Amino acid sequence: MPPGFIENLFVFVLAGFLGFEVIRRVSPLLHTPLMSLTNALDAIVVVAGIIICGEAKTPLSILLGAVAVAAAFSNMIGGFLITDRMLRMFKSTSGRKKS
Amino acid sequence: MNAAAAQTLANFVYVFAVIGFILSLKWLNSPATARRGVLIGEISAGLAVITTFEDPRLHQFHWILLALGIGLIIGIPLGLVKMTAVPQRTAMSHAFGALAAAVIGISEFYVDLGQHQLTAFKMTEIALEVIIGSLSLTGSLIAAGKLQEWLPQRPIVYKGQNYFSLSVLGTAVVLALLLIVHPAFSFLFPVMVVISLLFGVMLVMPIGGADMPTVISLLNSYVGLSAALLGFVLNSKVLVVAGALDGSSGFILSVIMCKAMNRSFTNVLFGAFGQLQVSAKGAQEQRTVRSASPEDAASILASASSVLIVPGYGMAVAQAQHKVRELFDILSREGVNVRFAIHPVAGRMPGHMNVLLAEADVPYDKLMEMDDANSDMPQTDVALVIGANDVTNPAAKTDQSSPIYGMPVIEVDQARTVMVIKRSMNPGFAGIDNPLYYLDQTLMLFGDAKAFVSDIVRALTAEGVGKAASAAR
Repeated sequence: MPPGFIENLFVFVLAGFLGFEVIRRVSPLLHTPLMSLTNALDAIVVVAGIIICGEAKTPLSILLGAVAVAAAFSNMIGGFLITDRMLRMFKSTSGRKKS
Repeated sequence: MNAAAAQTLANFVYVFAVIGFILSLKWLNSPATARRGVLIGEISAGLAVITTFEDPRLHQFHWILLALGIGLIIGIPLGLVKMTAVPQRTAMSHAFGALAAAVIGISEFYVDLGQHQLTAFKMTEIALEVIIGSLSLTGSLIAAGKLQEWLPQRPIVYKGQNYFSLSVLGTAVVLALLLIVHPAFSFLFPVMVVISLLFGVMLVMPIGGADMPTVISLLNSYVGLSAALLGFVLNSKVLVVAGALDGSSGFILSVIMCKAMNRSFTNVLFGAFGQLQVSAKGAQEQRTVRSASPEDAASILASASSVLIVPGYGMAVAQAQHKVRELFDILSREGVNVRFAIHPVAGRMPGHMNVLLAEADVPYDKLMEMDDANSDMPQTDVALVIGANDVTNPAAKTDQSSPIYGMPVIEVDQARTVMVIKRSMNPGFAGIDNPLYYLDQTLMLFGDAKAFVSDIVRALTAEGVGKAASAAR
């Protein structure tokens, strides 16, 4: 078993429970923005793509790393963009009168 | 900066990013703080990306920059789609997320194989990660195709389908086991990938349009899981955390969607909804319905003191939400308490209907969840159903032979008057008859949702609401 595995497992379990508790409190009003936001956060995979691509171990790893970077980065950009667009539309009765 | 210092700095930034991710989700608990959540998410992700460029392992940058450029070019239009297209956009971004995770896993396999570093343990992690990533990739593409209506919305089924699909998945697992035991069989790896891709197609093809909210949530959870597994493969804690958060979010949403339809996961995935609707309604007596004109509807609405509007996806299809908001404005101005009752599966993905109504400028404090709406229903004068059918069907409560028996519904039949805007008496999407339409307090408003609501609005403004109301009183 590689050395970091148990640590990672701890992190996974704790983050999973924490996510469960935090996300359970997200208002059902915002479930669509929730999904696009978690998509954008999940796009942090781009970091792994950058390393794989930049390490340039083999031509294949450069190519696959670049594919991962493009796919994940498009999620990051698109995900944050659409989440913010959606959230901007949510106005309360008082907020709507002001604007 | 020397290598060790750069690594330490990167790790601290990743810790900061993780804090940012959690706060980002936490602030999503209310619309008032939600945009702050997006901002901190952006800052965290941006810092993490920038710091990664300092990583000492990197010695080639042009491909990365090219790929980031491509990502930007794809990402911006995907962030600017119309609100009705958000479900298919979300499915596409699940596909991209799964693609990124899968190809990195594939790359790790070949790099480690070439360096003879592929232990059985790492092979297990990679195989699991790549199988889940690949099936989520094609599954999400099929879901996006169905939502975009490029593929048929109806379930595509054949005899023995479930056994065949499961044996395909089983084959992928057997190949993975062979690879774990005999890394020399590396030629099996691409076969395993292709079979997993195939399984993704077979998993989503048989699922009908009405089940898309569940499927899209479930795929969300798979994509998160594959990112977390990738974190294990690469020993990257930030990926483990982001994947776990995404995975648990998708899982919670799937559970909510399943509960809202009174179905189990297995039933959604293997049940092929909408196929067995041969219910015993052949011997149906001709029941009478009452219909009303837009003018009648206008005067009933104007004289009500509380109105609950129940929108369904039909309202969005008819592009009626802006007209509905006009109706909401006029009635609210006249002192009618107008609110919206939103069923969890009213749209094509979790929360979709709320977004569509917010886009039409309906204030979010007027959007009610199903349970709250149901407890207010007996004190409600008028329930106005627009483009919704099954989610208001009282048979779900009473008729054990109904295919939707047990599904939680918005109990509009408890309101004093029910008005249903509907094109005709044809049964809806799932072909299930709705006894609501034959109730004594129900008025059917036949017509296109947008045109009919426009007519009601016109009647209200033409007559002057005050007059209409006093006349009705």
